[in-house]
Amino acid sequence: MKFRAILLTGRSLKQGMGKELGKVSDKYMESVSVCEVHPKDAEELGLKEGDSIRVTTQFGSIIVKCNISQNIAKPGVVFIPYGPYANMLIDPTTDSSGMPSFKGITAEIEPAPQEKVLSVKDLLSKYLGG
Amino acid sequence: MLVIKNIVCPICGCLCDDIEATVEDNKIIKVKNSCSVSATKFLNYYKERNLSPLIRENSELKPASIQEAINKTAEILMNADLPVIYGFACTGCETQSVGVELAEEVGGIIDNQTVTCHGPSALGLHDQGMPSCTLGEIRHRADLIVYWGSNFQESHPRHLARYSALSEGRFRKGRKDRKLVVIDVRKTPSARLADLYIPIEPGQDYELMSALRMALQFDEIEEESVAGLSIEQIEELAEMMRSCEFGVLFYGLGLTMSRGKERNIDMAISLVRDLNKWTKFVIMPMRGHYNVTGMNEVTAWQTGYPYAVDFSHGYPYYSPGETTFTDLLRRGECDAALIVASDPLAHFPKDVAKNLCKIPYAVIDPHLSMTALAAEVVIPCAFTGIEAEGSAYRMDTVPLPLKKVVDPPSGIYPDEEIVSMILKTIKSKRR
Repeated sequence: MKFRAILLTGRSLKQGMGKELGKVSDKYMESVSVCEVHPKDAEELGLKEGDSIRVTTQFGSIIVKCNISQNIAKPGVVFIPYGPYANMLIDPTTDSSGMPSFKGITAEIEPAPQEKVLSVKDLLSKYLGG
Repeated sequence: MLVIKNIVCPICGCLCDDIEATVEDNKIIKVKNSCSVSATKFLNYYKERNLSPLIRENSELKPASIQEAINKTAEILMNADLPVIYGFACTGCETQSVGVELAEEVGGIIDNQTVTCHGPSALGLHDQGMPSCTLGEIRHRADLIVYWGSNFQESHPRHLARYSALSEGRFRKGRKDRKLVVIDVRKTPSARLADLYIPIEPGQDYELMSALRMALQFDEIEEESVAGLSIEQIEELAEMMRSCEFGVLFYGLGLTMSRGKERNIDMAISLVRDLNKWTKFVIMPMRGHYNVTGMNEVTAWQTGYPYAVDFSHGYPYYSPGETTFTDLLRRGECDAALIVASDPLAHFPKDVAKNLCKIPYAVIDPHLSMTALAAEVVIPCAFTGIEAEGSAYRMDTVPLPLKKVVDPPSGIYPDEEIVSMILKTIKSKRR
């Protein structure tokens, strides 16, 4: 079971504080490996706070932790803080502006109970082609 | 124990200049007036830190001397056909200035984090100009404050208190004298503080701004709703904006990163221009990195352009989309890089970041970042604004001095010195 949503990325306070503790620190990586989901969407998928979910766009796929959040104004919208996890899902083209489209990407969300969030080392090996 | 006052905070574009730090044994043990992000930096900057230059040998980063790291970086840049010097938004203007000179010396490209934050604002500014003012003027006079696509409570935690709705000005004494409107896709902590929160459909900012411009001119909007808002709601908002005495539109990455990008900024500036037919209204981007504004200023002084400047032709050439680091990497056009005070591997889309890992590059950064972990050369430096002094520009382009609060660890230099050493080495090898 899965649902389709519009993916937004952006700043969060935890991400802001996490980066000041070190850009490869556990706190930072935890702060950016979450996805805010509307309570109604979470209920329909049977998701609980902290469950692993897979977020997929046409540009990539990543496992993050579910954060059921009142910040999401309506169902069908999800949010991941800026960082290496969100970047796996972003359209790299810039429409000749230099700016990739970090907000408003169509995504599919599904439960992934058996899967784990990638570590810094795992993420790096993805970049390095490992 | 020493208490140092009036420290300028090196976190975001607010550059709050009232931080107090208590220093004991060259360590900051207490801070006052800081937001949670700022306090985290001042009290933890020295943790999880690499204090040795590193050079990659047989796939592993190994300790090296500073001179070896400088020489290796110079070699990487000199051997390249199109090197990129990137970053600088989290350091002082003095380092930025040397960085531009270095890019010119190696015939490369100088670019900065503007490309993934307010690059579209620069493009909108080129097209339209930007009616703006200082944050002090807003504090004293603004009675209507609109934040559009900005979650300021999390990105700029003291903005509201120091410069806008909660601040005490000469003519507006505080919250009761001001109206606060937040327009955002999400009901963020910032939206919850607003007198009026306007939830907008994702990617429909341009349409809503167009409708607001029509409503200001009393044109008929031939739709039932725009961006999820009824026509009555749009007309009410237009009336609120038209009837204020001094309005400000602060906008964030909700406009620059969404569908429309620089066209959203064109439209936002046009809306503010229209409002000035009725009242006084200004617009200001919520700049994120504490000195990204400074990097735009410095690059513009020295080259005529604010970012993405290409020296490979022998003169400054500027063409965002062509000379921006994101596009150069995506197309695989640059063949080396020097990254200063930035972590593009953690902030560029995967397919762009992957291509950075295919070219040799050096990193100068106090943090050991993901970008540093995949580099050929890593040179640790002092934290500007804590361990080294400098200058920075606030989001309203007011320059402020960054203080040295404590000494850096032994053998750790300010990034200005390190970039200067690389420049000197390249010049001496060439002449």
